[in-house]
Amino acid sequence: MKLRRMYALSIRHLYLIRGSFPRILDLIYWPTIQIILWGFISKFFTMYSDYYNNTVGVILSCAILYDFLFRSSISFNMLFLEEIWSRNFTNLFVAPLKLSEIITALTFTALLRTLIGIVPAVLLMSPLFGVSIINLGAPLFLLFLSLYMFGTTLGILVTSGLLRFGPAFENTAWSSLFLLAPLGCVYYPLSILPEWLQYISNLLPLVYVFEEARSILINNSVNYDNIINALLLNLIYFSLSVIIFYFSFYGARKKGTLVNMGE
Amino acid sequence: MSIKIKNLYKNYKGFEAVKNLNFEIKKGSITGLLGPNGCGKTTTIGMILGLIRPTKGEVLINNKDIEIEKNRISVLEKMNFISPYVELPKKLSVKENLIVYGKMYEVKNLQNRINTLCNDLNLKEFLNKKTGELSSGQKNRVSLAKSLINNPEILLLDEPTASLDPDTGDYVRSYIENYAKKNNTTILLASHNMSEVERLCENIMMMKQGKIIDEGTCEELIFKHGRVNLEETFLKLVRE
Repeated sequence: MKLRRMYALSIRHLYLIRGSFPRILDLIYWPTIQIILWGFISKFFTMYSDYYNNTVGVILSCAILYDFLFRSSISFNMLFLEEIWSRNFTNLFVAPLKLSEIITALTFTALLRTLIGIVPAVLLMSPLFGVSIINLGAPLFLLFLSLYMFGTTLGILVTSGLLRFGPAFENTAWSSLFLLAPLGCVYYPLSILPEWLQYISNLLPLVYVFEEARSILINNSVNYDNIINALLLNLIYFSLSVIIFYFSFYGARKKGTLVNMGE
Repeated sequence: MSIKIKNLYKNYKGFEAVKNLNFEIKKGSITGLLGPNGCGKTTTIGMILGLIRPTKGEVLINNKDIEIEKNRISVLEKMNFISPYVELPKKLSVKENLIVYGKMYEVKNLQNRINTLCNDLNLKEFLNKKTGELSSGQKNRVSLAKSLINNPEILLLDEPTASLDPDTGDYVRSYIENYAKKNNTTILLASHNMSEVERLCENIMMMKQGKIIDEGTCEELIFKHGRVNLEETFLKLVRE
């Protein structure tokens, strides 16, 4: 074993990290997010250890809902990333496709992809844990719709970044959703967050979706205000994301990133 | 369809990739775009395809400004493109790729069109094979089939025979030549292969540092610069 050769291989990767601020940020990002998320979960269980008593499957149902959001967003991004990885990207943009057609096609394909992934998980819940997400009743459809809209919105925003900044933006595709897990109050109520963070969280449709899911499963009551708030916020963010996508496309044309975009 | 370029400029953060380009390519003609790496050929093709927004100037296809979104889409329906730097999805079979692009271009009687291209380009034997499993010569023929799927009136060819063996390269050149004659297709060919340009192009534009430094027929350029062939003419012009 030659020390110099091993050193050479190490510095090859260190050069890469040193030369890229997003890579350094990425290294810091994941542990920070994990600590924040699990910190709030621990705080919640310490303060309210009996909160989930007699309510089998609340956490599991929330996990499924969050995964649905995660899959919707990642599916949208993956469809776009696949074109970049396969170097087919330019072919698509020289085809007579309108931007609205691209967004619509990806949105519906992402739904199909998400359902392929999530349906088996939902079906496994009942035989394995005796829990069914169907317990959320009719509002379940509205909760899924809300999460799907938000997932697609995030997908469009990340895709806009990929268009504008190229494949270097790829890491954001993977990390954007994890930032939302602690802020979106997936596993604990909004009240567990510090007050200043609650103001930010209130701007996320996720908070209303998960507060409502818990409310239905624990209290057996439906508060349509939460559902309407989530849908309204989603409508605003979705519209903004579409506008940003159009701007990114024109920015990419100006910058020339649509030509030969690849790995 | 004709291509008209008027006072075209493209700047990237202070770097002028294309400077005051002016040219016209008449319907049904094959024009070569020659120049060293980084001279602005790909940027020019990118602007004609609507992939790059010009800093200044106009790209008119059949007198339609492609910066207008409606025009861009209607022009792209009748245009197509091939480049060795752009590939088709590797995990899809050749047939699936041709179906996808055929549908994107709304090709009528798609199955007939695919059959015709498969016969013409000898794709039949690997039609159901994954595109990623093909040799580079086979991939090139599939990309050519994709670029012809919509029977384009304008074809932009960026180094269409790069990395091909001489036999496959010759086959592709012959096919393009016959196709253009038969269909009266307007072709802009960017290439580093001088014999290819000599053989195919009626008119040649020489680019250097974002500008067209000379143009004419192959014979005109060779005679004007006192050289014996196009390659020597090219070397003289880029080294001056």
